[in-house]
Amino acid sequence: MSRKMGIAIAGAAETELGALPHMSEMDLRLDAAHRALADAGLTLADVDGITSAVDSPIDVAHYLGVTPRWYDGTSVGGCSFLVHVRHAAAAIRAGLCSTVLVLHGQSGRSRVGWTPRAVQPFTMQGQFEAPYGGFAPPTMFTLPMLRFMHETGTTHEQLAEVVVAQSHWVEGNPRASRNKRLTVEQVMSAPMIAYPFTKLECCVVTDGGGALVITSAERARDLRRSDAPVYLLGSGEACDSPLISMMDDMTRSKGFRLSSRDAFAEAGITHADVDHLMVYDAFAHLPLFGLEDLGFVGRGEAGAFIAEGHTRPGGKLPLNTSGGGLLYTHTGMYGMFAILEAVRQLRGEAFRQVDGVRSSVVQGVGGMFTATATLVLSNQQG
Amino acid sequence: MSTPRPKAAPQPTPASQPFWDGTRAGELRLQQCDACHEHVLYPRPRCPHCGAAALRWVRASGRGKLHTYVVSHLAAPGWEGETPYVIAVVQLDEGPRMMSNLVGVPADPARLTLDMPLQVVFQPRGEQMLPLFQPVEVQS
Repeated sequence: MSRKMGIAIAGAAETELGALPHMSEMDLRLDAAHRALADAGLTLADVDGITSAVDSPIDVAHYLGVTPRWYDGTSVGGCSFLVHVRHAAAAIRAGLCSTVLVLHGQSGRSRVGWTPRAVQPFTMQGQFEAPYGGFAPPTMFTLPMLRFMHETGTTHEQLAEVVVAQSHWVEGNPRASRNKRLTVEQVMSAPMIAYPFTKLECCVVTDGGGALVITSAERARDLRRSDAPVYLLGSGEACDSPLISMMDDMTRSKGFRLSSRDAFAEAGITHADVDHLMVYDAFAHLPLFGLEDLGFVGRGEAGAFIAEGHTRPGGKLPLNTSGGGLLYTHTGMYGMFAILEAVRQLRGEAFRQVDGVRSSVVQGVGGMFTATATLVLSNQQG
Repeated sequence: MSTPRPKAAPQPTPASQPFWDGTRAGELRLQQCDACHEHVLYPRPRCPHCGAAALRWVRASGRGKLHTYVVSHLAAPGWEGETPYVIAVVQLDEGPRMMSNLVGVPADPARLTLDMPLQVVFQPRGEQMLPLFQPVEVQS
């Protein structure tokens, strides 16, 4: 059997984060692109593939000044960038291109050069969800949680523990939006946003960008960061309902299960092989769903697993080690930042570094459990 | 201050028009597949379960259960002054789930028990009648 061509993340970078009213979304992408290329030791002239969510990859390519041979404008919300990495790997293996820029820039806070995401009244969401006053993710993405609690016995305190555990990772990180260590009492007494979710159980809202340079593992060995390679061992993409009220099962993510299953199978790994995990956390219930649907714990066990400290520094499954979307940064489509933290951990460059990380799983979601994608990354080539 | 926006109102498509004709007539209508017998919501031209071009409109019982909810403290456009309000997901007796709002019960988690029985009622929204749900026990 012929071995599949190895794929690597040869460059990775983040822009400044927070409130950046002097930069449009296109400017953020451009800034991220140049930072990632510098990290890889490459220039625009080396880029022959490009991806972008929301805005056309053609717009982005022209703004940068490149003429790609391959592009992908898959725009399925916050996990789009995980999907782009997967599609870029396939394109490189197929010989369609050799060096792909995966780009994210979003002015989620300042909304400069920001494309409104309006729900049209004739869409399924416009007819069957928007009339009921659930106009934004905090009041809709959160809907599954009370059912999840009802069926699994997960408690309000355990939901708060998700935030507390991540605060141990982010404490003192000057790049993070929320960088104080938190207690369950602080999380539960924060202003209510959408019961059962308090403000601290909802993500921060920031501006920022990030970029990745994807190329073959062979080519990455000749590039600037050959000292710290990050390989893509497996990936998956899946979906559930575009209407959260009609998702397959409101207490389980079909998308999480399917995309992670494919990614684990391609990588040939088991759960015991995973040293580090990122689960897209726009809201505090997502890591609970992630732990269960990816199969790291059994049904109803995620809340206790986190509360017992297993995902904190020193725990057996370090989870959302940047502080995640809840505490570190969340531009609206957070997935790029989940990948970038996995890259930092695999390179040994994280703010709060996990010892001996060899493999990391990144689980993304887009929309409200609508689209999903999973990456299995490693600093060892399979 | 910009002019106040109205609450979002549904705009029927050819496929969904019978649903909204139903709510106007005081009926909750679903599609049911003559081939596989599944009930279908939201409306489509063909069955998403088996692909058959065999969907017909049926009158649903209008009964369901409170599957899950949030109490929103954020006001959607047009909802200013109404917070907190309940955004609910109703498990219809026929099988499909749908989002809705609750009427006749306060937006208080102590009064909202999952799986409590609900009955459809209709209220005007824009040019349509919107299906909402109230607890069965408050009915006369």
